[in-house]
Amino acid sequence: MHTDDGNKVRNVHVYLLSEAFIALQVLDFPGGKVRFSPELRFISESPEERAHCYRVLDDDGLIITGSNYVQVDEEKALKMYSDMVTLQVMDTIFYEAQRQGRISFYVTSIGEEAINVASAAALTLDDLIFPQYREPGVLLWRGFTLQEFANQCFGNKADYGKGRQMPIHYGSNKHNYFTVSSTIATQIPHAVGAAYSLKMDNKNACVVTYFGDGGTSEGDFHAALNFAAVREAPVLFICRNNGWAISTPTSDQFRSDGVVVRGQAYGVRSIRVDGNDALAMYSAVHAARDMAISQHRPVLIEALTYRVGHHSTSDDSTKYRPVKEIEWWRLARDPVSRFRKWIESNGWWNGEVESELRNDMRKQLLHAIQVAEKVEKPAVMDLFTDVYDVAPENLREQEKLLRKTIKRHPRDYPSDVPV
Amino acid sequence: MWGLLRQKVGAGSSSALSMQRIRPVVSALRNYSSAAKEMTVREALNSALDEEMSADPKVFLMGEEVGEYQGAYKISKGLLDKYGPERVLDTPITEAGFTGIGVGAAYYGLKPVIEFMTFNFSMQAIDHIINSAAKSNYMSAGQISVPIVFRGPNGAAAGVGAQHSQCYAAWYASCPGLKVLAPYSSEDSRGLLKAAIRDPDPVVFLENELLYGESFSVSAEALDSSFCLPIGKAKIEREGKDVTITAFSKMVGYALKAAEILEKEGISAEVINLRSIRPLDRSTINASVRKTNRLVTVEEGFPQHGVGAEICASVVEDSFGYLDAPVERITGADVPMPYAANLERMAVPQVEDIVRAAKRACYRAVPVAATA
Repeated sequence: MHTDDGNKVRNVHVYLLSEAFIALQVLDFPGGKVRFSPELRFISESPEERAHCYRVLDDDGLIITGSNYVQVDEEKALKMYSDMVTLQVMDTIFYEAQRQGRISFYVTSIGEEAINVASAAALTLDDLIFPQYREPGVLLWRGFTLQEFANQCFGNKADYGKGRQMPIHYGSNKHNYFTVSSTIATQIPHAVGAAYSLKMDNKNACVVTYFGDGGTSEGDFHAALNFAAVREAPVLFICRNNGWAISTPTSDQFRSDGVVVRGQAYGVRSIRVDGNDALAMYSAVHAARDMAISQHRPVLIEALTYRVGHHSTSDDSTKYRPVKEIEWWRLARDPVSRFRKWIESNGWWNGEVESELRNDMRKQLLHAIQVAEKVEKPAVMDLFTDVYDVAPENLREQEKLLRKTIKRHPRDYPSDVPV
Repeated sequence: MWGLLRQKVGAGSSSALSMQRIRPVVSALRNYSSAAKEMTVREALNSALDEEMSADPKVFLMGEEVGEYQGAYKISKGLLDKYGPERVLDTPITEAGFTGIGVGAAYYGLKPVIEFMTFNFSMQAIDHIINSAAKSNYMSAGQISVPIVFRGPNGAAAGVGAQHSQCYAAWYASCPGLKVLAPYSSEDSRGLLKAAIRDPDPVVFLENELLYGESFSVSAEALDSSFCLPIGKAKIEREGKDVTITAFSKMVGYALKAAEILEKEGISAEVINLRSIRPLDRSTINASVRKTNRLVTVEEGFPQHGVGAEICASVVEDSFGYLDAPVERITGADVPMPYAANLERMAVPQVEDIVRAAKRACYRAVPVAATA
């Protein structure tokens, strides 16, 4: 397309650029001036270099020289570490409980402890959480007790969801943690809506929503980023890019440079972070939160990590990915031991406290599931309440009929349903 | 299938009756006090929105073209000027986006009114309506209530084809957790929309494009800003003793028109305006059928698993012994809506279809089985 004539014209004018000439070379278009170009050149489908990944701690848990990060004091660091360890122990015990048939289902967060806990540590309790399902560490950080976790997994009457959802679908108003939804990515636009609500109220808080790499293929992800940018909503989008959507690898999920590059396309500030580096996660979320609230803007954080566990207890991931790969991430890239090396290097931690903590958590968790198992299951009434704010006539009638029938045939009804 | 056959036969034999002639009947409303005034459905919806936005700063309106353009059908006229762009939001064109965002806003303190340009487009967002809005209060055991209204024109308009002309009453009414309202008159529109906005549960509010411009007389009471209609209660638009005709939205006007024709032939029809599809006012319907012993249901939606099917089941369950004739269902044809005007007319119920069905139910006409 570059004719000789065209090149000649361009060369002549190279030295004659006047402001008037520049004005001819740009188009005033909604969004700003667009420069014209005589070159027939397409924007490349991939950048020359992949987006960089922010990290603070190296593989040995040492702070990388020249790192730009937010300080974490001893008290906070120790709580972060012990919550990550607690999460690991909880995953182990609950996973075993599922294998023993005591609960029906479980999802572990192994490998993603730093994303869970460090992001939570960088927020305040006023910030609203719209989780996917692999972020129980956020709830743990906020003070949800092991007993509360166990009650939900066992679906007993102490569960805040009254036993209405599968295990791991936690939700707690007092922790500003919106009930987990099984549908992928629906929480992302919900987060934007709640952020809009916060903004209308001028609250000094933001909304944080989590999702996986697979979730970014849902229309909801795209709609939510676009809306958040347009409505200037204070929301943090945290993508846990753990490489696998059940058995689908990211190479079958998208061809972009991961997720972080999509932020710019929607006008959303974004950063890629080493998700297995707790200090980097903490700093990135801390900085993003400040920007979201003070500048009324959404921020996208892509945390690179790996789903070390199976997708859920219904999955055996060794069927579709090499065990060597899993083991490498589990051992060489473990976020918990990396953070431990750092707190140990600061003289805040040692092996003795470590085994004490693990033993203690194990005991507490075993106790919690024993208690949860013995708590009564939800009552008959809980089948009918909360469908609406006030039960309509047909539900009241059905409940009445059911109670009558149970009374008439008590032996035909399961004894574990309190009437 | 019988309903469909009847309809086609009927439509073919009376093509002279044009859409324009079948205007909603307002006679039943004319016995209000002298303070009553005429108001279009559009004005009724607009004033209800305005009053509720004025009364509660948590209420906001969101959708495509609701602000600067004042709504594709001008339902939000003047609201942007009055309440500003923070409360009247023009959105990007993503139904799933603004519906999800509305649901999220409802989760956390706001009371969104989401406008769909037509309810057909709500299909792009139905996951948020069903899986999120309808179920969250239950799944969270009351921790997350979802006070949201999804509104917009529903059902057949005129000449806009299959993807603009479907009735979603039966779809949404099949889902627990949702309330589904379908106003007919201006009084319905004001009272039900205000009730929907004030309600703590998610409400699907099905309007009708062809009714927006219709005028109805509205009582002084209904003009008051405190006016509100109960959700879950049907209205007997016209009392009768020989046959019960249930209808909602535009079909109420058709049913009233049919009742006038039937009256001339000595049949006294009772017309029930359902107003609320979920909860369904089973007791009013059954009480009427126990009095008239005959039932004709009318709707524009598809026959299978439709609102008429549900009403029929309710009557069979509760009042079977009172029925003196088979229940007649008049519905839209079991086909996507065709565009061509002649075919479109055959695909939706007409007044004469209702008249014929009522006569059959009263054994004043030859049963369909005999003519088939």
